[in-house]
Amino acid sequence: MSEQQELLKTLSDRFGQKISEAYLSFGEPVVKVGRDSLRDLISFLKNDPGLSFDMLVDLFGVDYPEAEPRFEIVYILRSTRNNKRVTIKTRTRQTGMDTVSDLFKAAEWLEREIYDMFGVQFVNHPDLRRIYTDDDFEGHPLRKDFPLQGRDYDKPFTVTLEEERSK
Amino acid sequence: MEKRGIGMGIEDSVPVKMVDFIINWARKNSLFPVTFGLACCALEMMVASSAEYDIARFGAEVFRPSPRQSDLMIVAGTLTKKMAPMVKRIYEQMPNPKWVIAFGACASSGGIFRSYSVVQGVDQIVPVDVYIPGCPPRPEALLTGLMELQKKIQKETIKDRPLITLPGKTA
Amino acid sequence: MTETKYMTLNMGPQHPATHGVLRFALELDGETVVKSTPHIGYLHRGVEKLMESKTYWQSEPLTDRLDYTSGMSNNLAYCLAVEKLLGIEIPKRAQYIRVMLSELQRIAAHILWLSTHALDIGAMTLFFYGFRERENCLKVLETVSGARLMPDYIRFGGLREDLPDEFMEKARIFIDDFPRRVDEYETLLTKNIIWIKRTQGIGLISAQEAINYSVTGPVLRASGVNYDVRKAYPYSSYEDFDFEIPLGDKGDVYDRYLVRLKEMRQSARIVTQALDHLPKGPVRAPDLKHVPPEKESVKNDMAALIRHFKLMADGVEPPKTEAYASIESSKGELGFYIISDGTNRPYRVRIRPPSFLNLASIPRMIEGALVADVIAAIGSVDVVLGEIDK
Repeated sequence: MSEQQELLKTLSDRFGQKISEAYLSFGEPVVKVGRDSLRDLISFLKNDPGLSFDMLVDLFGVDYPEAEPRFEIVYILRSTRNNKRVTIKTRTRQTGMDTVSDLFKAAEWLEREIYDMFGVQFVNHPDLRRIYTDDDFEGHPLRKDFPLQGRDYDKPFTVTLEEERSK
Repeated sequence: MEKRGIGMGIEDSVPVKMVDFIINWARKNSLFPVTFGLACCALEMMVASSAEYDIARFGAEVFRPSPRQSDLMIVAGTLTKKMAPMVKRIYEQMPNPKWVIAFGACASSGGIFRSYSVVQGVDQIVPVDVYIPGCPPRPEALLTGLMELQKKIQKETIKDRPLITLPGKTA
Repeated sequence: MTETKYMTLNMGPQHPATHGVLRFALELDGETVVKSTPHIGYLHRGVEKLMESKTYWQSEPLTDRLDYTSGMSNNLAYCLAVEKLLGIEIPKRAQYIRVMLSELQRIAAHILWLSTHALDIGAMTLFFYGFRERENCLKVLETVSGARLMPDYIRFGGLREDLPDEFMEKARIFIDDFPRRVDEYETLLTKNIIWIKRTQGIGLISAQEAINYSVTGPVLRASGVNYDVRKAYPYSSYEDFDFEIPLGDKGDVYDRYLVRLKEMRQSARIVTQALDHLPKGPVRAPDLKHVPPEKESVKNDMAALIRHFKLMADGVEPPKTEAYASIESSKGELGFYIISDGTNRPYRVRIRPPSFLNLASIPRMIEGALVADVIAAIGSVDVVLGEIDK
């Protein structure tokens, strides 16, 4: 079997029931796990000397409002030595998601972006605050129930500077 | 004896018109822009100051980084709600007389971005003198807009130049 | 009792040397940087949410405005992702033309980087020399598509239309003259003692840290890691071309400058090869269901007219899958991950911006540096705020 199928077999041998689905999509492996075994899977992929997936290519969220749990978080990892990619997906609610920012430094900003756009809160994150929108913005824009033009699109937009506000 | 005063006929007399002409000529040929490029249109603004579309022939090549030393603000690019207080603060820091050019479709009216975080036009925050459409406009369009602004400055009279300017008003 | 506090200096969003609306909050001990925090989001336009409400055809102009220094590359990445979803095969002539235009766009983007980076450090002559070359390059790209910055010429299925007749000659005149111009830039800067003292040893990042921060592009290659998407996961017939990947060894600002200069020379080599071996044939895939017909047949044939109307009004409807495609743009690995739910609008479009992750590594680079080195480090990483803030 090809190398990608070997990788899927190694993962299902080691993690067994915790992996809910494993398949190939356009020639690259995709693995779906539950939220609780996510950190084990990613540490295994990073630290195992044969696999050595040491670069986090991307990390983002998707909103499925009818499903329970609601948010899907997708990780794409890459191995610099073996030149391979793998995609890992997991589902989570709004609170209680583990962070991977101690394994990959790039995940700090990417998880802040997921918090800003979707509202998913990551446990043990060093600095979880909004990154794209204003600090006093209400709502999470990329959710499906947030309107495209914003909540107060019919009111005129005014700006008061801080000096004027304190007078 | 006719009453002579501002608003009652003195601005048509020849000495006042000569002084107006000289002041307007000096102002329009030495506009100092403040560097305010926000997005893609900033690239076309930079190209306008390079050798091929020379903005120096209009006297405006000295882009000042500090707003206290400039009198023209070219808002080039999309204005978002997070950036809006900065625009207003920089506009308030410029001394009178000052003018504003809205360069590009995003600065004039929001452009193709009709979303939750984009201000639909910079004229919701500061008063604008000249609008330049395009996405992005060619550098020649910036030079045409500058010439339109110069024609507008040419028409100013003594009524537009008060001796005392209250805060929040423009000259 | 006396107390020592660090001074907080704000390099605000309106600053001539931050290449866009980027805000840095620096904590200084005298002139040395103790801690720095970048703040972004001043150009957040909501492109990902806008793309969810438009059809696949309508959201191509939005991708132009992401990395506005190189418009063709963003179009190419988006089209590769959609073509992977739809399963379309592109003819060889269209692939070679795409390679040629991407490399010309890479030259234009690197010239812009060099001019503004040198201007920040103080070498103003290069600004005028570089913009002269960039004007010639943009004129060549303008004969193809009609627009200087936002071309929108690469569509899924191939290209918008075939090359005009005068393009080959103009491109050849430009690219034959180009290596001599790169030599001119090298005589100004490479052995210049002021340039060397201001850029060597500044903004160091090691290979291990760069991989951990997910840095890609010339910044990663200057630290010694050989990762280029054109060689690792070749797309659009890059495996037919013969070129090298320049690497650095220390990972400082000077190495990144040398890597990008060598990349410009390699891009000129690729364009010359493409001009010499351009195959003949159609520029659009013969896929009747997803690709609109040629403009000539739309004017004469009724069936083509109806097909064109249906495709433009309703759009394409890909199957219910997800696809990821990435290219090597001038800043790093630009990727598009598209999730489709079977309708004519995408369910979720995710843009992987290279400059976002490169920017996250800047606080690591400038720990313990002087304020003037902060400017050099930001310039060498080549951030484009349109891509970071989406």
